[in-house]
Amino acid sequence: MSRLSRKAEELVSDGLEDRILEEPTGLWRGAWKRLLRRKGGIVGMIIIGIMVLTAIFADVIAPYSPTEDFIGEPNVTRRDGPCIHFLGCDESRPQFIMGLDGNARDEFSRIVHGSRASLLVGMVTVTVAFSVGSILGAVAGFWGGWLDNVIMRIMDVILGFPSFLLAIAIVAALGPGLTNAMFAIAIVSIPSYARVMRASVLSIKEMDFVAASRALGASKIRLLVTRVVPNALTPLVVIGTLGVAGAILDAAGLSFLGLGAQPPDPEWGSMLASERNQVFSAPHLVFFPGLAIMFTVLGFNLLGDGMRDALDPALNE
Amino acid sequence: MTEPLVQVRNLEKHFPVRGGVLQRTTGWVKAVTGVSFDIAKGETLGLVGESGCGKSTLGRMLVRLLDPTGGSILFENVDIATASGNELKTLRRDVQMIFQDPYSSLDPRTQVGSSIAEGLKIHGIGDSDEVQERVSEMLELVGLERHHASRFPHEFSGGQRQRIGIARALILRPRFVVADEPVSALDVSVQAQVLNLLSELQQELDLTLLFIAHNLAVVEHVSDRVAVMYLGDIVEIAHRDDLYREPQHPYTEALLSAIPIPDPTLKRDRVVLVGDVPSPLNPPTGCKFHPRCPIAHLGVCDIETPHLEYVAEGSIHEASCHLRTGAYRHLDPSRTNT
Repeated sequence: MSRLSRKAEELVSDGLEDRILEEPTGLWRGAWKRLLRRKGGIVGMIIIGIMVLTAIFADVIAPYSPTEDFIGEPNVTRRDGPCIHFLGCDESRPQFIMGLDGNARDEFSRIVHGSRASLLVGMVTVTVAFSVGSILGAVAGFWGGWLDNVIMRIMDVILGFPSFLLAIAIVAALGPGLTNAMFAIAIVSIPSYARVMRASVLSIKEMDFVAASRALGASKIRLLVTRVVPNALTPLVVIGTLGVAGAILDAAGLSFLGLGAQPPDPEWGSMLASERNQVFSAPHLVFFPGLAIMFTVLGFNLLGDGMRDALDPALNE
Repeated sequence: MTEPLVQVRNLEKHFPVRGGVLQRTTGWVKAVTGVSFDIAKGETLGLVGESGCGKSTLGRMLVRLLDPTGGSILFENVDIATASGNELKTLRRDVQMIFQDPYSSLDPRTQVGSSIAEGLKIHGIGDSDEVQERVSEMLELVGLERHHASRFPHEFSGGQRQRIGIARALILRPRFVVADEPVSALDVSVQAQVLNLLSELQQELDLTLLFIAHNLAVVEHVSDRVAVMYLGDIVEIAHRDDLYREPQHPYTEALLSAIPIPDPTLKRDRVVLVGDVPSPLNPPTGCKFHPRCPIAHLGVCDIETPHLEYVAEGSIHEASCHLRTGAYRHLDPSRTNT
């Protein structure tokens, strides 16, 4: 018996010795590795990477200023189709990869610069909604009682309105503009983060490792910050990533209605809106901004889905 | 018996049952109902009972993870049941817990070393070098290696995780440790290792243990005294050898007769209990065991509530049964037969 168990012990320690050569893998690092094995996640990251680079180097990539118009230039009319010299467009005309818009501005330059607004909206609204929502949800779930009731009932009230209508109402009250649109979108998306965080905290706080910390004498704040929240964050990371896509779409929607970015600032939603009546005579002016929105949203959705798979607790072991 | 380190008196825990739209309290689950016992310095008290009998609730109250509804837990003249603030925090250094499930009892996102070090950090003991040194010491004490400190829980086996849990509980040098089914989630071969580790550590660090388990063989192996719980009450408490050789309470008899013996030719009298454990929401009157008791005497057992009493003069063997202690001994059918 003792020889057997020693043998078993040797086997166990042998296995460990092998693994010592590897770096210790935390859960986040493991999730990152799994994400890199998923095609969707990688495609999403590539799309987002391209978008981010485009936004950062917009001034370098865009051939013209997004607000510079070509009215009165020779051989140029409004809503001209794309003119690409390489594909046989007459050399006497200036090159416009995506054509000109209704004010004779270079559509391509506007799309490139428009990526800044969209990414900004996506990042800022999600950051704000994520932090506010997760703090509220964590407090509600961890302390419970009347505090939980007050916070979650307020969240229910916000959820009670169709979120886009509520965003419209908020912007209408505050006045149109990209900043107010971001603020409105952030507010209407807080409840979903709060709810997920609360649910997550409720399940984590019952776990034995939290009880163990409590038995060691950890204060409530310490428990919440060092034990509960880090473990409850996983599902929020996923909905946060998916939320960026939603926020970009909402911002484009608000701009489409004239409540977001104001002319002449380039923004994909407002570009769509201003040319929607010319969809048959100048389809490129609707097609390219729509395509830009679609790819950005697709990128974040793919990344979000990939992260959901990578962070799936069932795959963690 | 040497002087007691922990004195539990009339300890109770009732959980409210809420129902209806307004979540009003509609009843109480009496998980632990007035339990009293002592644990002597340096001894191991085994606590056995079937699932749902309140043993874990009792254990969690002793380390104040649950607030008792009533009663007191004296630990060297400090009442664990009512301590608060700094008093409670100081107490936590002396009273620790080892958990059942080695998988949920370690934070999956925290390196093992900092999980173990948490107690030192919370109580502000030592600078970072000292903390690291004590963590390494502790890891070696529980049979792991120094470099394991930088690894994460999911890189360890169940038995190794349980060792980590033990290290975490013992780093503050507690004097009283509640081990809540510390080996029931482990393989049998690993169980033995962890049990041996626990008893070595008990010797080395002069620990007093409350060992909760539902495995009678394990309890017999580690305990000095054994207490048997049924539906929130301790029904029998005795020295290990007395309890295993001469169980007094019919419930204990039934439990002991259910231990499998690895000898198929051996005939024995099994006391088979009928029915399930009654709901603690609505426990039976009188002796809570009477609906399932093979020797219950109707008219006595279903009316009068028994209390722990010594089974004989000068013995420390206590049982809570009308027919085995006290005034109704003459009604015991097994007695009249012999």
